Amino acid sequence: MSQENKLYTVSIYTENNIGLLNRISAIFQRRHINIESINSSVSEIENVTKWIMVVKLSEEQMKKIIGQIEKQVEVIKAYYHTEDETIYQETCLFKIKSDLLFNERQIQNIIKESNARIVTVNKAFFVIEKSGRKEEIDLLHRELTVFGIMQFTRSGRIAVTKDEMQISTMLKALQH
Amino acid sequence: MKETQTIQKDSQNTQTTERVSGSEAIIKCLLAEGVDILYGYPGGAIMPVYDELYKYQDKIHHVLTRHEQGATHAAQGYARISGKVGVAIATSGPGATNLITGIADAQIDSTPMVCITGQVGSHLLGTDAFQETDIIGISTPVTKWNHQITKASQIPEVMAKAFYIAKSGRPGPVLVDITKDAQFEEFDFKYEKCTGIRSYVPVPKTDENSLKAAAELINTAKKPLIVWGQGVILGEAEAEFKAVIEKAGIPSAWTILGASALPTAHDLNVGMVGMHGNYAPNVLTNQCDVLIAVGMRFDDRVTGNLETYAKQAKVIHFEIDPAEVDKIIKTDVAVMGNSKETLAAILPLLKENKHAEWHQKFKDLYKIEYDKVIKGDLHPTKEGLTMGEVLKEINIQTKGDAAIVSDVGQHQMIACRYAEFNKTKSNITSGGLGTMGFALPAAIGAKMAAPDREVVAIIGDGGYQMTIQELGTIFQQKVPVKIVVLNNEFLGMVRQWQELFFDKRYASTEMVNPDFVAIAKGYYIDAKKVTTRTGLKAAVEEMIASDGPYFLEIRVEKEGNVFPMIPTGASVSDMRLE
Repeated sequence: MSQENKLYTVSIYTENNIGLLNRISAIFQRRHINIESINSSVSEIENVTKWIMVVKLSEEQMKKIIGQIEKQVEVIKAYYHTEDETIYQETCLFKIKSDLLFNERQIQNIIKESNARIVTVNKAFFVIEKSGRKEEIDLLHRELTVFGIMQFTRSGRIAVTKDEMQISTMLKALQH
Repeated sequence: MKETQTIQKDSQNTQTTERVSGSEAIIKCLLAEGVDILYGYPGGAIMPVYDELYKYQDKIHHVLTRHEQGATHAAQGYARISGKVGVAIATSGPGATNLITGIADAQIDSTPMVCITGQVGSHLLGTDAFQETDIIGISTPVTKWNHQITKASQIPEVMAKAFYIAKSGRPGPVLVDITKDAQFEEFDFKYEKCTGIRSYVPVPKTDENSLKAAAELINTAKKPLIVWGQGVILGEAEAEFKAVIEKAGIPSAWTILGASALPTAHDLNVGMVGMHGNYAPNVLTNQCDVLIAVGMRFDDRVTGNLETYAKQAKVIHFEIDPAEVDKIIKTDVAVMGNSKETLAAILPLLKENKHAEWHQKFKDLYKIEYDKVIKGDLHPTKEGLTMGEVLKEINIQTKGDAAIVSDVGQHQMIACRYAEFNKTKSNITSGGLGTMGFALPAAIGAKMAAPDREVVAIIGDGGYQMTIQELGTIFQQKVPVKIVVLNNEFLGMVRQWQELFFDKRYASTEMVNPDFVAIAKGYYIDAKKVTTRTGLKAAVEEMIASDGPYFLEIRVEKEGNVFPMIPTGASVSDMRLE
């Protein structure tokens, strides 16, 4: 198995119980592995939470960690996928001074070309929202940095897999 | 927690509800789970539960230990000898944090245990209240599961889940933290045993093909070797295991926690693997053609250098925990499931075999180990008592029927190497965590769970002083445990490493010890000290004959070493005999 470090998207289906974040992050922390991004939300199944984490490690490590995650009582199922096995997005917000919008015509072009969206404009500032892949957001960030950014924030990755997950079937089988 | 998460069978749920306080509900849950003894220490945040324990003292026996760590180790000892869930209880803050060592020990040694902690009132959570500590956060990495209760109505479901999780599948410790207001709150109590949790698969399904593939490998093997671990004991698979090895004629070695699952005297028992295990099974691990691991996890103390561990062998792993498969050693065939079922299922697929020539190799290597190590340990001619001859005397006088509870260090290795076991669940020791101070309180729990069995604690002078206060528990509860302290006035194992690897720089390993006999007598425990070989037999005799608790200090040679030994980083086949 490959020892080379790669980016993996980890999808974890769990119960929605207090303390699970601690339990899951401890698995990475114990092995001195940094979590690149993390997102928790409802999933396609009622009362089931879905976590998306991005981590960089070897496939061998990844497999063992999936085993440790699935071992947790309140974890229903965990998967890992490579970049080409998922459809993934991130989203980000830029807060920028409003006068730049009128004084720097270039900004309007950048917004248009990057498929970003203006969320709000007022006298003091305007806010741009952009969803896309990491590289697209990085590019937009580089382009806007030149003009000065008041605030910037970016979400963790969210992803769906190209393959079926079959969690619902699994849960039904467990509930018989 | 939502009710949809647990599965409860209706058949057990016929009783009607009754209105009780949260604390009384906790007692009722314990009774419903068959708990009749628990170990603990009271304090502010758990007082309502203790008040109920007072009312229910004819049904449930609370043992007041002298430290909360002692309560967890006692609960562990209870669980290890009985196979039942051990229960420990403590207050919030320091009471709860004092449980952590025992919980971590139970986690790494797969011991079923439920710990109950009191917590400050829910309105005070997060305010740095008196004796508030985030025990859920602290215990998370060392528990199989934990949960905080802030409403009395949650108690039945959480307690049912706690016992189910602790005992099912690969067992482990569970912690339930209950705020003080939830203990006072009244609610309509009804108990339903937990029979399943939708997100939790305690025992993975066994694949028929894996059984066939494993049987095929075993049947065609010329030099098979079994290494079994605690999985055989936890799965109560001793009979199935014995049937398998006898039919297939496979030499079988054990890990420290697997000890006693097969009688020491059994023909196919070839001894202990690992750092201070026996010479033959370690060396021959690197000569076998099929290595069959049963309910063990390839601990680094077992494998030595992984780069040279059993590289020539096909590996079969019988295992209940999917996370253990391929974790350390790449397996060729993994047989998932409970050892009792998988071993029973493979038995008819196995061919009868003897492997006489292969077996002879173990005997030849045993002869070498006997001449170089065992003879000197058990029949020493030089001055100074050896730990080995003490164990030999205990074997003789208990006829191998005793449960041996050992602490951690040189005496532990000697106890595991030389104790003779006729019965399963007889070797109670801290294997994975290596917790000094484990033995004295664990022996209390073991003796209380199995009052008909002789329980002998073998402890070093270092570890003994880590939990020596539990002599108070032994005295108050009149627990007839036999305590043997092998005193070499050193932290012996560390000293041995300093001698071998740090040019004899004995940094902080020499101990100036108190009068142990006087301390035992201070607790009104019969006590004696032996310093010479001539006095050993009579002293052990007197100890075993004693009806009550008994303390025996034995002065052993100061700088004795445990051999054979696989130095850290060395290969199992490069085991040193001297």
